[in-house]
Amino acid sequence: MTRTGSASEKESTVETMPRTTDDAPWTLPSAGKVGMFALIGAESAIFVIFITAYTFYLGKSVSGPTPEILSPPIFLSACLLSSSATLEASIGNLKRGNTRAFAILWLATLALGAIFLVGTGFEWRHLIVDEGLTISTNLFGTTYYSLVGLHGFHVTVGLLLMALVAVFAGLGKVTRDHESKLEVLSLYWHFVDIVWVVVFTLVYVVGR
Amino acid sequence: MAMQSMTLSRPPVARSRTDGLYEWVTTVDHKRIGVMYVLLALGFLVIGGLEAAAMRLQLIRPHADYVSPRVFNQIMTMHGTTMIFFVAMPLLFGFINYLVPLMIGARDMAFPRLNAFSFWLTAFGGLLLYYSVIGGYGLYGDGNAPEVGWWAYAPLTARAFSRGHSSDYWTLSLLVSGFGTILTSINIIASVLCTRCRGMTLGKMPLFAWMSATMAVLAILAIAPLTAAQMMLMVDRYLGGHFFDTQAGGSAVLWMHFFWIFGHPEVYVLIVPTFAFVSEIIPVFSRKAMFGYPIMVAATVTIAFISLSVWAHHMFTVGMSASSTTFFMITTMAISVPTGIKIFNWLATMWGGKISFKAPMLFCIGFLLQFLVAGLTGVMLATAPLTWQLGNSYFVVAHFHYVILGGIFFGTFGGFYYWYPKVVGRMYSGTLARWHFWLFVIGFHLTFDFMHIPGFLGMPRRIYTYEPGRGWDVWNFIVAIGAAVQIVATAVFILNVLWSARRGPLAGNDPWDAWTLEWSTTSPPPAYNFATLPTVKSRRPLWDLKHPEDPDWKYE
Repeated sequence: MTRTGSASEKESTVETMPRTTDDAPWTLPSAGKVGMFALIGAESAIFVIFITAYTFYLGKSVSGPTPEILSPPIFLSACLLSSSATLEASIGNLKRGNTRAFAILWLATLALGAIFLVGTGFEWRHLIVDEGLTISTNLFGTTYYSLVGLHGFHVTVGLLLMALVAVFAGLGKVTRDHESKLEVLSLYWHFVDIVWVVVFTLVYVVGR
Repeated sequence: MAMQSMTLSRPPVARSRTDGLYEWVTTVDHKRIGVMYVLLALGFLVIGGLEAAAMRLQLIRPHADYVSPRVFNQIMTMHGTTMIFFVAMPLLFGFINYLVPLMIGARDMAFPRLNAFSFWLTAFGGLLLYYSVIGGYGLYGDGNAPEVGWWAYAPLTARAFSRGHSSDYWTLSLLVSGFGTILTSINIIASVLCTRCRGMTLGKMPLFAWMSATMAVLAILAIAPLTAAQMMLMVDRYLGGHFFDTQAGGSAVLWMHFFWIFGHPEVYVLIVPTFAFVSEIIPVFSRKAMFGYPIMVAATVTIAFISLSVWAHHMFTVGMSASSTTFFMITTMAISVPTGIKIFNWLATMWGGKISFKAPMLFCIGFLLQFLVAGLTGVMLATAPLTWQLGNSYFVVAHFHYVILGGIFFGTFGGFYYWYPKVVGRMYSGTLARWHFWLFVIGFHLTFDFMHIPGFLGMPRRIYTYEPGRGWDVWNFIVAIGAAVQIVATAVFILNVLWSARRGPLAGNDPWDAWTLEWSTTSPPPAYNFATLPTVKSRRPLWDLKHPEDPDWKYE
């Protein structure tokens, strides 16, 4: 490679490793982001298996309700997807030092996510009580509740983490220095949203 | 070269032997976690090895009844699960944990606390598996081990056929240790990408780091599907789900797909770190730089990529469509191309080198020859018509033990002897190491060469006994004798490890005159690894240091 030159060779003594010639900046990717992308890779693989199972078992139930009983939760999906936008706006405000706008948008994100979760709860209540579909009713019930539930679990985890940040923000502990950490968390939340796009398309559009 | 003058960090810090349990349990130091991984693996190696011995004893003659059929199934299940998840994986993670930060000139992994958490998840996963023996039916102290095979095919795992909780402990054990594996893999990827020392570009990383990162990516993509499948199994067993319930339209074959989409990449998860050991040892003991570094990296990544698309060659006998069978035949055969490239690169590294036949190199040569044979029987089994004949026979058992024992374990033993002086600070006994090697070679070949033959003669695997007069008796007898020799060899190994830790001569920083950064610090390294973080200019920083008149960076 090109890192040669005489200046460094004079410096290098037996006590130290040879130096590179220049003090060129040595930058490496952020460990938090790389770690989160790796986690997203693992989560994607888990979701792929559940999505495969759902697709494979479409129409294979031998009895009980079919996906026709579902009605697309359009309002809830809109809430969840727009929470990604409020989250980005929130972190953008933190970057610019507007901690107040940051906190308001952060709480809005939290609220939108919570609406999605509560709405899913009501949807499930309707399915269980009115339609008689539980996880053990038939293959559709097993695969539907597992897939949507796995996603809901991820929403829950995201909400808990964001609530934790909200508590710290309430105590005035969140500053501009924490922006990179919040960005790592936002990667997770965006991933949860993208998964919902796939799940929604499969379960409520294609599979119905 | 006078190594004393080249000490690159401070003299050994008093790393007192009196550090108690508390320091070990609470540690986040990658080196201690690495050592704990290896010790955990060695403990389970003894257990898994005794289980293997019990099976070979049961099969030593026809109609033996040392163990009941049921106990045989349990031992078989526990042997497979233990050896893959609690011996091979922790052993390799231990090496990677210990060595990757040292090799890339870092003070620790990217996430030290996550690292400790991953280790304890793996350790508790192992305990959960064996807890089933006591707690399988609840807290009566009267349990049983899982008996569904390590692949746990449906519907064996349905509640009707697997009563009590033994299968649930198996599931939980793999879930918990699987989370540990995923988290530690994330850590390895982040460490390799984000903690390299100044000057160590991706093209200058030791092959060990490249292969560790590749293994970590593969482990994530392999273990995550297994985790998902185990969750589905839990839903079936506890919430009355129907994923694998054939009575309600579920599919037993889907479980096989999910299991093997984990199971086959898993083989490469285990063999890629072994490639890493061999790629570090062979150059040092041939006194030559690694031949074809970029091709080696490319071949590793290619293997990882192809290995994600070969899983259904485990299922040629379940009746897949002709097009699926052909697809998986072709991909399986394709993977032998990059693997062959690797073998030729190692041979080319040795070619014309000044080879020193010390224990690490002996094991690597054993690895090369045996892994080649394992690959050849692998190509045989990749041919679907041959699998229709040999599938589920002892030929398959011989093939994959050739891979795991003859390949993975030989390479790992080589790594064990190579880095032992670095980790312990003392040299192992060369005499005992040679005894270990030759006894293990003899035992291995007695067992697994001859195990192919009853496979050809039609002996199915997973049977607890067999009829006399089928021509299987003598082969099973030889196989059992070989197993006994392997036990003796392993005992010699453990004796060597324990004895040399106290009595071996001091090793010094760099007993092998090696070239990667871990040899520039003390043996054992201080908690902070390097007093000054190193800067590198080539793939062999210590060569540059020892040969300032002819450094590598002029040529790379």
